[in-house]
Amino acid sequence: MTKAIETDRPEAGLGDGRGAALCVDGVGIRFGSFEAVRDISLDIDAGEFLCLLGPSGCGKSTLLSAMAGFTTVDSGSLTVGGAPVSGPDPDLGMVFQSSEALFDWMTVRQNVLFGPRMRGRSRAMQARLADEYLGLVGLRHCADRFPGQLSGGMRQRVQIARVLANEPNVVLMDEPFGALDAQTRQVMQEETDRIWRASGCTVVFVTHDIDEAILLADRIAVMTAGPAASIKSVYPVDLPRPREESDPAALELRRALRQDIGEEVRKALRDQGLDPEGDAR
Amino acid sequence: MTVVAAGATATGTDRRAIRTGVRTLRTAGVYILSVLAGVGIWQLLAMKYGPSLVASPSQTLSAARELASDGTLTNSIIASSRRILIGWGLGVLVGVPVGLLVGQIKVVRQLLDPYIEFFRFIPPIAFVTLAVVWLGIGESSKVVLIFYTAVFIVTLNTSAGVMSVNESKLRAAASLGASRRQILLGIVLPSTVPHIVTGARLAMGNSFLTIVSAEIVAAQVGLGSLIWTSRNYGRIDWVFVGIITLGILGFVFDRVLRIVASRVLLRYGVKL
Repeated sequence: MTKAIETDRPEAGLGDGRGAALCVDGVGIRFGSFEAVRDISLDIDAGEFLCLLGPSGCGKSTLLSAMAGFTTVDSGSLTVGGAPVSGPDPDLGMVFQSSEALFDWMTVRQNVLFGPRMRGRSRAMQARLADEYLGLVGLRHCADRFPGQLSGGMRQRVQIARVLANEPNVVLMDEPFGALDAQTRQVMQEETDRIWRASGCTVVFVTHDIDEAILLADRIAVMTAGPAASIKSVYPVDLPRPREESDPAALELRRALRQDIGEEVRKALRDQGLDPEGDAR
Repeated sequence: MTVVAAGATATGTDRRAIRTGVRTLRTAGVYILSVLAGVGIWQLLAMKYGPSLVASPSQTLSAARELASDGTLTNSIIASSRRILIGWGLGVLVGVPVGLLVGQIKVVRQLLDPYIEFFRFIPPIAFVTLAVVWLGIGESSKVVLIFYTAVFIVTLNTSAGVMSVNESKLRAAASLGASRRQILLGIVLPSTVPHIVTGARLAMGNSFLTIVSAEIVAAQVGLGSLIWTSRNYGRIDWVFVGIITLGILGFVFDRVLRIVASRVLLRYGVKL
């Protein structure tokens, strides 16, 4: 039923297969007097799937927004494939947490071919790309519907197809499944794994869900609690794909991540004047 | 088993249809009741104060027949409708692009803001004299007054709509490779349509409020002019005809606007 996806990419089509390396070097971002992130350095390899994991409000999304060129960095540098990020760029695709990012007055197909259309691709090419990526996310049958007529999970699929149809080198995903129910989220995670392997893109995936990170990532970068957040530690995830939550190595990793994040959450609560240990009693 | 289920569903559907029908009837009934009550109170007031102050419903109706028989009423409706539609249409045509620019480009906003904030507090009636002196007693002075009353509200609503466009839509479009112009026309304008329609409806209301003052001076025909000249003849019943016609006409225009907008612009999220 599902079209077999060739991971060794025998023919051009699904992306151009050249995920670009992303280099974050000493990046700091402030909003007025508020320091969101401080001195973050991170090298992401071409074609890698990296998860940014951290407690809510720790500046993960801010960092991602800087990678996408929406937010300017105040210190340090951000380069993609060796070139500095200077603003929004079609090579840097972004999947937003909220499906408000979809264009509600356009059909699903029109949404997906928006990028190719803006880049002046031929009509035939637009149609081919829309068809291909709608097929990849399993939404070909919904091509002529409007986003408002779809479920939350389907809308996020449309966002993913829209970004991939633009054939970016890097896909940035900002808690894309945060607003979905648990069952849909699980399906979407499995799909993401499959789609990422088919597209060959570099992916930076922001989440606060530890299991989601373990399921998807090549590496997991844990961030400290904000303000002035930085990278606390980086965990390689050397588990065979597709991954099982019950894998003992996964359980071990989960314990370590839990501990790491727990420390940061407790620190954040203390900073807010709350006493987590006192509350636990 | 299946047959029974199908039968049950059918009766369910029937029952639902009946319930919907009953609800529609009830709504219509309440409307009619409300109008009848209004006419009743009007009749009582007319009986209490007499025809020199309040024309009764039947007197108003016969006055309307009288005015309709020599074509005065029809001509008045046509003349006023024409002025309103032209002035309001121009107001929307100018207000939408100006509102888009005001909402999107900071310098334009800063340049135009003082004027918008200044003029929107000056009622059109204040400009009646100037309009006649500058533009003469022809149609243009009336149309310009209607345009004046329509354009600011459309501009304000459009620019408010522009500023409330979801940030992630703009970011998505930019990162998909859209230029500033493509974002303005392809994302901002369609997202703003519901605000524009609201602005256009409010502007229509303003146009009706303004038509009477626009026709104060030197209008030969028109509902406003009918109301003003009736005073000279001491015909309270004609004044009533003018006022009621104006109200009905406004109601009809708004209904048509709502139905057309919600049909044509449904995909842009216009719900009225």
